[in-house]
Amino acid sequence: MAGAINLLVQSHPINSALSLIVVMAALAAEYLLLGAEFVAAVQVIVYAGAIMVLFVITIMLLNAGKEERTKGSRAAILLGVPGVAIGGVLVAWTLLNRPNAEAVPIGALQGDPHAIARLLFHDFLLPFEVTSVLILIAIMGAVVLASRPEGAARGARKDEG
Amino acid sequence: MIPLSYYLLLSGILFACGVLGFLIKRNIITIFMSIELMLNGVNLAFVAFAAHWHALAGQVFVFFVMVVAAAEAAVGLAIIIAVYRTRDTLNVDRVNLLKL
Repeated sequence: MAGAINLLVQSHPINSALSLIVVMAALAAEYLLLGAEFVAAVQVIVYAGAIMVLFVITIMLLNAGKEERTKGSRAAILLGVPGVAIGGVLVAWTLLNRPNAEAVPIGALQGDPHAIARLLFHDFLLPFEVTSVLILIAIMGAVVLASRPEGAARGARKDEG
Repeated sequence: MIPLSYYLLLSGILFACGVLGFLIKRNIITIFMSIELMLNGVNLAFVAFAAHWHALAGQVFVFFVMVVAAAEAAVGLAIIIAVYRTRDTLNVDRVNLLKL
């Protein structure tokens, strides 16, 4: 299942966003397979739902066309492909040399929302709150950055400062 | 019953695809999607280990990674829009000056 999707991603057209959505959905299925229902649901909602919509809207907004090739891109291909191949071989070699793998039982169902919520709101309460601040800052930053440079944006920036 | 190493292998492949896309792609939006792909590979490794060790904390960390990814996507796409407004290009080779 996943290999084909990876190939799909490798061949990246400009609307590789669609193949990315497929990868997200497949990953959600993997999470379900691993017994992490909550994470699977969040994956579908946040990634496949929100983030990909953002991407697609941006692509449409900016009217993105085909990639142009420059000298830099050729150098990047020359250096990047062997580098990544070496890295991938290293990772695969390490993994295959350590067959510590007991199989993961399917449907262990240890990812139920109850337990996750207990963990999230007791043990990880501080990171959770910090995360909310992070999101708030991200929203403000996005609004400031994406608004038109004249007029409204100036006012927003002054308010923040 | 799927061995843990398969999940890790898939996660590594996803991450490698992300790195590859990050290096060879010249469209800034595609580069951005490669970053998301890398984050997803890491997430898969987190969940696989969480299932393997029966430790729920891994899934909570996946949650945090997703939140950070969402924030990053919002800010990054806003930056992309701003860059496109000023340069009229999405090619990262053409965006080589901080100041016009």
